[in-house]
Amino acid sequence: MKEELIVSGKNIPEIYPVLHLWHWEISLYLFLGGLAGGVLFFAAYFYITGKEKQMQATVKWATLIAPLALIIGLSSLLYDLHHKLYFWRLFTTVRIDSPMSWGAWTLLIIFPISLIWVGSYMKEMFPGWDWKWKVLNWFEALVIKYRLALAWVMLFLSIILAVYTGILLSAFNARPLWNVSILGPLFLVSGFSTGLASAMWISNDKHERKVLSTIDIFFILTELFFIIHLFMGFWAGTQVKLEALRLFMGGQFTLDFWIFVVLLGLLFPVTLEILELIGYHVPKWIPALFILFGGLMFRFVMVDAGQITRFLY
Amino acid sequence: MKTRREFIKISTAGVGAAAIGLQALKGKGFKWFPEKFSGDPVSNEDLTPYPTYCEVCFWKCAGYTYVDKKGKIRKIVGNPNDPNSNGRLCPRGTGGIGMYYDEDRLKTPLIRETRKDGSQYFRRASWDEALDKIANKMKEIKEKYGPEAFGFFHHGTPGGHLAHLMKAYGSETDAEPAYAQCRGPRSAAYYATYGSYIGSPECTDIRDTRCLVLIGSHIGENMHNTQVQEMSMAIDQKATIITVDPRFSTPAAKSKYWLPIKPSTDIALLMAWIHVLIYEDIYNKDFVKKYTFGFDQLKEHVKDMTPEWAYGITTIEPDLIRRTAREMAGHAPAVVIHPGRHVVWYGDDTQRERAMGILTGLLGAWGYRGSLYIPEAMEIPKFPQPPYPETKWNWKDLNEGRFPLATMGITTEIIRASVPKYNYKHKVKAWLSAGTNLPLSMPDKPLFKEAVQSIEFFAVIDTMPMEVTGYADVVLPEATYLERYDFIRAAQNRYPSIALRMPAVKPKYESKPAWWIVKQIGERLGLHDYFNYDDYSEVLDWQFKQVGTSLEEMKKIGVKTFPRTSGPLYLDDYENFEFNTNTGKVELYSTEFESAGFNPFPVYKPHPEPPQNFYRLIYGRAPMHTFSRTQNNHNLWDLMKQNTVWVHPSVANLWSLKNGEKVWLKNQDGALTDFSVEVRVTERIRWDSVYMVHGFGHSDKKLTRAYGRGASDEKMITHYAMDPIMGGTGMRVNFVTFLKEDPYKNKKEDKG
Amino acid sequence: MRYAMAVDTNKCVGCADCVVACQTENLVPNGYCRDWIVENVEGAYPSLDMKFQSERCNHCENAPCVRCCPTGASHIVEGGIVLVTHDECIGCGACIESCPYDARYVHPEGYVDKCTFCIHRVDKGENPACVDVCPTYCLHFGDLDDPNSEVSKAMKDRSWYVLAPEAGTNPQIYFLR
Ligand SMILES: Nc1nc2c(c(=O)[nH]1)N[C@H]1C(S)=C(S)[C@@H](COP(=O)(O)OP(=O)(O)OC[C@H]3O[C@@H](n4cnc5c(=O)[nH]c(N)nc54)[C@H](O)[C@@H]3O)O[C@H]1N2
Ligand SMILES: Nc1nc2c(c(=O)[nH]1)N[C@H]1C(S)=C(S)[C@@H](COP(=O)(O)OP(=O)(O)OC[C@H]3O[C@@H](n4cnc5c(=O)[nH]c(N)nc54)[C@H](O)[C@@H]3O)O[C@H]1N2
Ligand code: SF4
Ligand code: SF4
Ligand code: SF4
Ligand code: SF4
Ligand code: SF4
Ligand SMILES: [Mo]
Repeated sequence: MKEELIVSGKNIPEIYPVLHLWHWEISLYLFLGGLAGGVLFFAAYFYITGKEKQMQATVKWATLIAPLALIIGLSSLLYDLHHKLYFWRLFTTVRIDSPMSWGAWTLLIIFPISLIWVGSYMKEMFPGWDWKWKVLNWFEALVIKYRLALAWVMLFLSIILAVYTGILLSAFNARPLWNVSILGPLFLVSGFSTGLASAMWISNDKHERKVLSTIDIFFILTELFFIIHLFMGFWAGTQVKLEALRLFMGGQFTLDFWIFVVLLGLLFPVTLEILELIGYHVPKWIPALFILFGGLMFRFVMVDAGQITRFLY
Repeated sequence: MKTRREFIKISTAGVGAAAIGLQALKGKGFKWFPEKFSGDPVSNEDLTPYPTYCEVCFWKCAGYTYVDKKGKIRKIVGNPNDPNSNGRLCPRGTGGIGMYYDEDRLKTPLIRETRKDGSQYFRRASWDEALDKIANKMKEIKEKYGPEAFGFFHHGTPGGHLAHLMKAYGSETDAEPAYAQCRGPRSAAYYATYGSYIGSPECTDIRDTRCLVLIGSHIGENMHNTQVQEMSMAIDQKATIITVDPRFSTPAAKSKYWLPIKPSTDIALLMAWIHVLIYEDIYNKDFVKKYTFGFDQLKEHVKDMTPEWAYGITTIEPDLIRRTAREMAGHAPAVVIHPGRHVVWYGDDTQRERAMGILTGLLGAWGYRGSLYIPEAMEIPKFPQPPYPETKWNWKDLNEGRFPLATMGITTEIIRASVPKYNYKHKVKAWLSAGTNLPLSMPDKPLFKEAVQSIEFFAVIDTMPMEVTGYADVVLPEATYLERYDFIRAAQNRYPSIALRMPAVKPKYESKPAWWIVKQIGERLGLHDYFNYDDYSEVLDWQFKQVGTSLEEMKKIGVKTFPRTSGPLYLDDYENFEFNTNTGKVELYSTEFESAGFNPFPVYKPHPEPPQNFYRLIYGRAPMHTFSRTQNNHNLWDLMKQNTVWVHPSVANLWSLKNGEKVWLKNQDGALTDFSVEVRVTERIRWDSVYMVHGFGHSDKKLTRAYGRGASDEKMITHYAMDPIMGGTGMRVNFVTFLKEDPYKNKKEDKG
Repeated sequence: MRYAMAVDTNKCVGCADCVVACQTENLVPNGYCRDWIVENVEGAYPSLDMKFQSERCNHCENAPCVRCCPTGASHIVEGGIVLVTHDECIGCGACIESCPYDARYVHPEGYVDKCTFCIHRVDKGENPACVDVCPTYCLHFGDLDDPNSEVSKAMKDRSWYVLAPEAGTNPQIYFLR
């Protein structure tokens, strides 16, 4: 028999017996970051590829979600800070080593960009819209003129944003579940998939939806592939990685992960999307809703489970 | 039926249930800030040190209380010149600060009142009223029955003040659990064998020993400071440690040999060791020849007590018994056979202690470097006072010839003498107590309850609303040791030393020091001449001046040490040393025991075994708590909030108990623990016993942190084995079993 | 200069004196701690092995908590002591997530706190509070680069281990066997 017990001290509920410091705020923040990244990426992408007209919902309407998601995500992060009044300290320094730092900066930049993007389409989306001030009208014209450049910047930043949501976690060497390089790409595809789902839901254009869901099928399959890859990595890993794997294979996150994330959040919607592609009629909101739900659950599970894993010393 | 003195569990007058609920909630939360300590750590130069000596246990380590500029106590740190602490306090001493800050402290005097419906409660009272009430009762008892009928219980420094008052009043009917529930057997045994006591701090030269033998003593859990420090030095010196304990104790883990003895069989092991030393001819011949009496009889006595014989009793392999005996012999005389301290185990404890004394004698491990040294303490002259009045009878007469070798009052005897049905010749009619929590330190709770309801009056001086205060008619709140002057500490050690305790801050709430309390009562009784001072500092200054220092100097240095005057530390340096026994020798054969009608040699007798499905309850200390006094101290509560019941995996298996599972315990007499206790499944304990840390399971709701946490070993100790020699109450004679269902689910039981 | 601590597990009795001393010295609020005690028991009755470890921030040479801090509140000072500047810390918890030893906690006042090696004492040439209180003298502190320091002397001729070396943090609390 082997006993290891903390006999004194450390009765801090957030830390002992397992770390549980980050709660729903962080999960939500990561989810919304990925979602905004996805939305903005596809808007920029279809604009750059000149599909603005065919992909109206994606390029214009869906982007309304981005600033909203970003502001909720940021508030959620702010809410989670324990020393809230000092949050401005984030922006007095740039820390290359700290994903948290460059995430904060990325958000700081991409948030106004998303606003500008949405702003530049206001008149198209809402006929009769008036900016009231002259300077705004002047600015609008300028943006529309250089929209292509803006799209490129947005494309670039949205990738960083979506990858960042994964890298934030994967940079934590101390948490074996998180500390895997696949996490960045995994969060990227998952975030993009939620972005696509949002656009799909909004779009009333059958053709647009078909394009989107074709891409989404690809993303979901990639995501599934990455998940298998992730687990294979654990399987081949050290003791602590195996412990991490065990959380999903009979451990306390087994149900949450396999039922909610994989089955309901990935397999079910991807099946529906494929069915639709081959001609069955599926209400558009069903796959979209499940994808969004799965994406959110995925982040909850990862944030919670990751904190439990640690080096067994 | 309503009893006359029901235990008062609810807070003072009229505070409703809501308030209690809230308090309980507060106690459970993690973010408990008794005081918001905002700020940065500061260096010692920004703090003012006030000398003190610690009262969290009775080792009395000296140190300084550091107070910051705002008048807050920041920390308590040992005094480097103090031989008891060497500048380092134990966790309890370091955490003693929580005694002062505890918001549950007694705040005002309290007087018991009865409502119309017969229920009882405490009412806040003024000091004058409370003191008058006690003084009047004392007068009344004196008139009706004589002052001797006023019994008193005490422990620690407040107890000393109380004893002074009571002796001046005319009563020596006193006892402390620190005798008959603690070290009494050791005193009787070593006095009979060596003509001197072991004393406190124990005169064990662990620092320089080559071999430390711990029979039950769990140094490292028992945090008596200097011993812990010296055990560590002994480890550095690569000394051999031999631990005899049914549990893999902390020192067992540091031992070369761990002898996992079957509980209650230690005498057999000791006799077998003696057998090996004698029959392998490896005892210390010089010492035995020069200093001992009765070797030949001893040799004859232990003839058949071979390791093989002991194996059948103790479950310790003969080979291991032989090897450990040889190891001791190899290091003799630099061997410490630790005499233990809490030694009331099985009722034959004085004889076990005798066996330890004899073993020590055979090794010559007395009066040599690395064995037991010859301690010395400072004599402090008494502040001028008239002699105490003669008493018609005292604690000794109460015993009516039983327990002839007792040197102090026996708690259970005073308690029994308070119950009419036992019909003692001398009857006890009222009690006073200070610094002792009888309901949690005495065996046989039903007896205590019966006694406390039989007496006419009970007053308690305490700092906390402990269980004992719940039975009192008058409760007096004492200031903590950090807020008061007290006696000079004149501890024995390798050389004499004295230490000052002075207030670092003003007493909180309406609390008052014990010296003041007893003076006030004394004045009311017309005993002014015994309290001929306004402030205790006058007494201290006078006494300090008698020994060549002053209060002023002591306030700076805290501790003063003196050279020895009684003679050398070790035997070698004496011309010829005579032991203070009947024969002037170390009595391997005890003439004193013989003339008192006891066996001059220890003999192993079997003790009752646990019935089926029951396990022997053994108990001990946790390093961060003292008895029942520290569980509510927020600093120490932080370190350990509850005790657990240790269970061997095979037992856990049998009962399908899981680690951390909550169970209730029931003993052989059907007594139940008040609260559930978590199971700790561990290899560190034998399968025939379970282990608990003593002091938990508080039943007084006013202890908001400690209430209901863990289980009380005391509740399971309804049975005890009286030591006929000196009246010790052997308490490891109870057997418990597990209840997995809440036994209180369907009934409202009187807890407490 | 390289400050470090050596913990002699042969002598530690797990009494937690180091924990209370730290709490009072550094005003650690009740319910929190900067150091803690782990009890390790191995084997089966009656051949058992047990050791106590007094643990705290390892003042890692390669400190992930410092790297991941977005504000620079977590930083390393002269002698390798890892510190948190309270009014630069936003309480984001990234450093807590990054520490393999769970050595940090969120102070109820909002910032993240942890062992400072008692820098306010060390700067004055004193030992940390936990070192000076330990009744078994099993904690040794000092400059590893100085062969005459307490810690260097304690580690000489002794074998030692560090916690979770596989985490690659290069801890500076050494446990003597
Ligand atoms: N079941 C069981 N019983 C035991 C033991 C055991 O291990 N198990 N151990 C035995 C031993 S070895 C001993 S020595 C005895 C000790 O038994 P007690 O002498 O009863 O010791 P404590 O339980 O510490 O009780 C101390 C009481 O003093 C109060 N007190 C603390 N400081 C002060 C102060 O400054 N002033 C005043 N007026 N009061 C103060 C506390 O609040 C508490 O009520 O218990 C014995 N009884
Ligand atoms: N932290 C802390 N330290 C204290 C105190 C405290 O309250 N807290 N109290 C102080 C006081 S007043 C006293 S008297 C001392 C008491 O301290 P000790 O004198 O060391 O106490 P014991 O009760 O002899 O020792 C308890 C040990 O005896 C073992 N044991 C149980 N039954 C048997 C048996 O049959 N045979 C043998 N060989 N061992 C057995 C238990 O497993 C346990 O390890 O502690 C002192 N030090
Ligand atoms: S041993 Fe600890 S509790 Fe006892 S007097 Fe010394 S410091 Fe205080
Ligand atoms: S104070 Fe010393 S002996 Fe006690 S737990 Fe801490 S390191 Fe160990
Ligand atoms: S132990 Fe943790 S907090 Fe301390 S330096 Fe290392 S990583 Fe940072
Ligand atoms: S909680 Fe404070 S110290 Fe930790 S990473 Fe965030 S800002 Fe830095
Ligand atoms: S070095 Fe100082 S801050 Fe760190 S654990 Fe020890 S006492 Fe606490
Ligand atoms: Mo005791």
